[in-house]
Formats: sequence, C-alpha cells, structure tokens
Amino acid sequence: MAETPEPTEKTTTAGAFDIRTIIGGLMGIYGVILLVMGLWFTDASEIDRADGVNLNTRVSIGLLVFAAVMLAWVFLRPLRVPVEQDDSERPE
Amino acid sequence: MDSDVLRLDASAIDYVILASYFAVVLGIGVLARRQVSSSIDFFLSGRSLPAWVTGLAFVSANLGAIEIMGMSANGAQYGLPTMHYFWIGAVPAMLFLAVVMMPFYYGSKVRSVPEFMLRRFGPTAHLVNALSFALAQVLIAGVNLYLLGTIVNVLLGWPLWVSLIAAAAIVLVYTTLGGLSAAIYNEVLQFFVIVAALLPLTLAGLHKVGGWEGLKDQITASPGGAEQLSAWPGNELSGFDNDFLSVFGIIFGLGFVLSFGYWTTNFVEVQRAMASKSMSAARRTPVIGAFPKLFIPFIVVIPGMIAAVSVQEMVQYKANGGTGGNVTYNDALLLLMRDLLPNGLLGLAITGLLASFMAGMAANISAFNTVFSYDIWQTYVVKDRPDEYYLKVGRVITIVATIAAIFTAVIASGYSNLMDYLQQLFSFFNAPLFATFILGMFWKRMTATAGWVGLVVGTSSAIFIFILSETDVISLQGQGASFLAAGVAFVADIVISVLVTMVTKPKPESELRGLVYSLTPKADLSENRTGDEAVWYRSTPMLVGVAGVLVVALNIIFF
Repeated sequence: MAETPEPTEKTTTAGAFDIRTIIGGLMGIYGVILLVMGLWFTDASEIDRADGVNLNTRVSIGLLVFAAVMLAWVFLRPLRVPVEQDDSERPE
Repeated sequence: MDSDVLRLDASAIDYVILASYFAVVLGIGVLARRQVSSSIDFFLSGRSLPAWVTGLAFVSANLGAIEIMGMSANGAQYGLPTMHYFWIGAVPAMLFLAVVMMPFYYGSKVRSVPEFMLRRFGPTAHLVNALSFALAQVLIAGVNLYLLGTIVNVLLGWPLWVSLIAAAAIVLVYTTLGGLSAAIYNEVLQFFVIVAALLPLTLAGLHKVGGWEGLKDQITASPGGAEQLSAWPGNELSGFDNDFLSVFGIIFGLGFVLSFGYWTTNFVEVQRAMASKSMSAARRTPVIGAFPKLFIPFIVVIPGMIAAVSVQEMVQYKANGGTGGNVTYNDALLLLMRDLLPNGLLGLAITGLLASFMAGMAANISAFNTVFSYDIWQTYVVKDRPDEYYLKVGRVITIVATIAAIFTAVIASGYSNLMDYLQQLFSFFNAPLFATFILGMFWKRMTATAGWVGLVVGTSSAIFIFILSETDVISLQGQGASFLAAGVAFVADIVISVLVTMVTKPKPESELRGLVYSLTPKADLSENRTGDEAVWYRSTPMLVGVAGVLVVALNIIFF
C-alpha cells in the first residue's frame, strides 16, 4: 500500500468525504424538503398549532443559509489530505 | 407508558427525512469499508482530526438520552435549577479536563481509563474498574434503549416491549454495518440535526406561551412556583430544605464529585479528545465542547419548562405532584413536539432524537465490548489466543450486551424521571473512580492495594446510601440522595485509600514515570503551538478564560 516516503507530500482535496461537505449537503437537502413542505404542503391547522407561524418555511430558510455557509467554507478553504498515507509519514 | 395516549402523527415525508439521514450515515460506513480511501483514512485514523470536529464529537457523545430527554424532564419537573447540570455540573469539569488532566493523558500516552488503572495500580484495581465499568455501560445502554423504544412506541404504536426489541435489533444492525466510521460522522452530524430541530421548537414554544415573560408568569402561577425560575439555591432539585446545604450539595456533590468524575474519567468522552492531532488540539477539544454545552440547556431545559405549562397532560401531571395520567416527565419533549411541529419539521426532530439515542447506545455497547473482550476476557479468562478468537468473542458479546440492555431498559422504565436514575448510577461508579484517579495521579506513594480497596469501599458506600434512602432512613427528595451518595463515596474512597496506603508497600518510583504528576517530565505535559496553531484564537488558556467568564455571567443572569 505505502510507497517509500517522499520529501514533499502529495495532497488532494477530500471532496465528498470532507465532513463539512456532508453536513452542508444534508442540511441543504433538509432545507429544500422543508421549503417545499412549507410552501405547498403545510395546512392551516398546522400553522394554527404553532400560533400562526409557518415553521417549515422559516426553518428551511435557516437550513439553506447554514448549508450555503458550510459549502462556501469547503470551497474557500478546501481540506488537503495526503494521497498515500503511511505511518512513517504522519504529519506530527 | 400507555400506548394510546402519546402519538406523534408522522407522515410519509417525516419518514423520508429519517430514512435519508440513516442512508447517509450507513452509506458512509459501507463506502469506508469497501474502498479504502485515503481521505476516509485521514478522518478516521484519529491523529489528524481538527479540534472543532473532536470538540463537537466530544459534546455530541454526551448529547444523548441523558441530555435531551433527561434534562427536558428535569426542566419540566424542577425548572431553571436544571441549568446546574450544564453550568455547574459540566462546564467547570470540562475546563479542568482541558487544563489539568488532558496534558497528562495525552502526554503519558495512556489510551483508556482501565489501562491507566492497570499501569498505575496493577491487575486487581484494573479488574475492579473493568467490571464496574462494564456493568455501568450495560445499565446506561438500557436508558438509551428505553428512550429509543419510547420513540418507536409513539411513532408506530407498538407495545413498549416489542418496541424495545425492535430498537435493540436496529442498534445491532447499525453497530455492525456502520462501525466506527459511521460513528464519528454520526456524532458530528447529529449535533447539527438536533440543533436544527430543537432551536425552532424552543422559539415556537416561547412564542406560544407569550415569550420569556409569558413563560415566567405561567411558571410562577403553576405548581412549581417562582422558585423554579431561579437557578439557586435549587432546594427542590437537591431535596435539602436548608439553603446552605442545598448550595453545598449542588456544588460539591454535583459540581465537583459527580461531574468531575464523569467528564474526566469517562472512557467515551476522553477518547474523543485523544483522537486530536496534537497536544494543543487535545486540550482545546473539551474547551471547544464547553461552548455549545453552555447554550444547549436553552434548547433542552426551556422546552421542558414550556411543556410543563402549555401541554395539557403535562400541566395536569405536574398539578398532581407527578402522579396520575398516562404521561411522565420523560415525555415532556415529545408532547411539545406533538403540539407544535408541522410534518416535515417533525421528521427532522424525530431524526435528531433517534440518531442521538442510537449513537448513545452504540457507544455504550462498543465500549462494553472493548472492555469485556480485551480488559476482562483476554487479560483474565482465556489468554494467548489469536486475534480472530477475540474478535469472535467481541461479536458474541455485542449480541449478549444488547439483549442484556433490553432487561436494563425495563429497570430504567420504572423511573418517572430518568435523571434521578442516571445520577444514581454515576454516584455508584464515577464518584469513587474519580477519587482513586485523582489521588493516584498526584500522590506517588499511593499503593496498588489502596487502589482497588478504595474503589470497592467507595462504590459500596454509595450503594449503602442508596439503600438508606430507598428504605426512607434518610429522606431526600429530588436528586439529593445521589449528590449525597457521590459525596460520601468520594470521601470514603479517599480516606480508605490513604489508610491502606499507610500500611502497604508503594510501587517503586521507576514504574510510575508518566503516570504520576510529580514523576512526569514537564516537557511531556506542555503545549507547543507552532505553525497553524500559533494564532491567538487557538490558545487554550484564552479559550478557558472566555468560557469561565461566560459560565459565571450565566449563573448571575439566572440567579
């Protein structure tokens, strides 16, 4: 698996496995689902229950903003990981 | 709980949200297993986790049943004094862990609490610690399982015992399929899902009762009265009539013994910090965890208080002094969700709760599994077999532990407020452990015999206090009996350890290097921040200072 350690470590972006991508992605999906629910599928009784507030819509906006921030963070500061990591070249 | 009473009206979309969460978490687990990707390795090999991830995992590992259902139950029953569990009972201990203990853990390279016991005090203390730890994990797994079962029960309407077995089966599949890889992602993800669900619930609840002022008015008018609106002296919570004793009980029993015992010696928690990439990151982990911990009570305790004045069944239950009806305080949060959340958001809330209980129980079961297979079975029962043998033992014992948890869940179901039960368990197991640990770390003379005798005497005296209080010899309502038991266990452990040390022979100093503070080179304990870590906002003392100021400020505001 491991090659001999090289003087300069090769790195690549973590891509989809970056935990920030996963957090942002999941929150984004939930945001979209709740937005659709809030706009078209939340009936009057549900809005009444929460004292006249459409919770789905409000929360969906929060989730989408949060997801955008997370994904922007990934985009601006991508995580670099060593391509082939071996115990002898751990970054410590 | 009666199955006809509490029913969450989940629709298809709620199940879609729930399913997509587990698809993501399990998918990552399966992917990680199939294709060994270097980026996955990077995250899971521990040594390279950034402090914000370990910090969130640290606080998330504790954000399970105890925190969410237990604390909202406590909020419904006792009101604002519940905040002590966060501001007195957690944050100071987390800061102490960061400043005093963590350099020592990380520097001495002790990887677990039983391992420390083995090296510091030898096999007998190790065996005692391993056995009591294993027992505690099965009992706590029962609490998580019971809560999981409760949710399955309110979702699907199955009887509680069927729900328990179904929930146990789900956890078993989750532990085998997802493994460690799923666990770390899950812990961080679940944190965000829970906040996304509970924050709107709290705000909507406050809106409904007329804001913070409205809540205050209604609580003052409710059976709890105005004393539920100030955190101190918390007589109702501690069960002491005397204000001074109550404050002393909360600070010494809960704040010092129980919470320091829990946060500084808990295997699961401490190992989150051990996964950091450097000494500095290891120290920052509990401090970063302390910040969310300061504010979590607002989205956990406050909804409990809102439920106690706005949910019909809950109001009735509290008016009857916590008896009658088909609900208990443990249902506070679920009842509020039922009353307020529309389909969609309801699914998100259910997902957050299920994820956290499942992760909690999975953590208990896997900790039990590790300690049982390696610390007990391999060390004392069947030695010197190939690795595959112990892996097989581990698999069998996972199933056994899950079945055992079904029975301990039945014990947990007997308590109307689960916090009472958990604090009792902590007073049995964590309080004496902390005493032995802290004494052994700072007093090089303490002997091996003192190590295990102290633990046994400490635990027995906590159980003795528990029996006295159960048989009404001591009458303390609320959680005062656990605070007292913890205090007595701590003092008994210290006294007995000192006495036994006086008459037995200490270990030679050469064997204690790296295990006792005064015998450990200072260089092993210091934090050296270089490169990326040298910026001011990554300074542990600065972060500790800010958290300290915040905790004092919050106590003053809610005095």
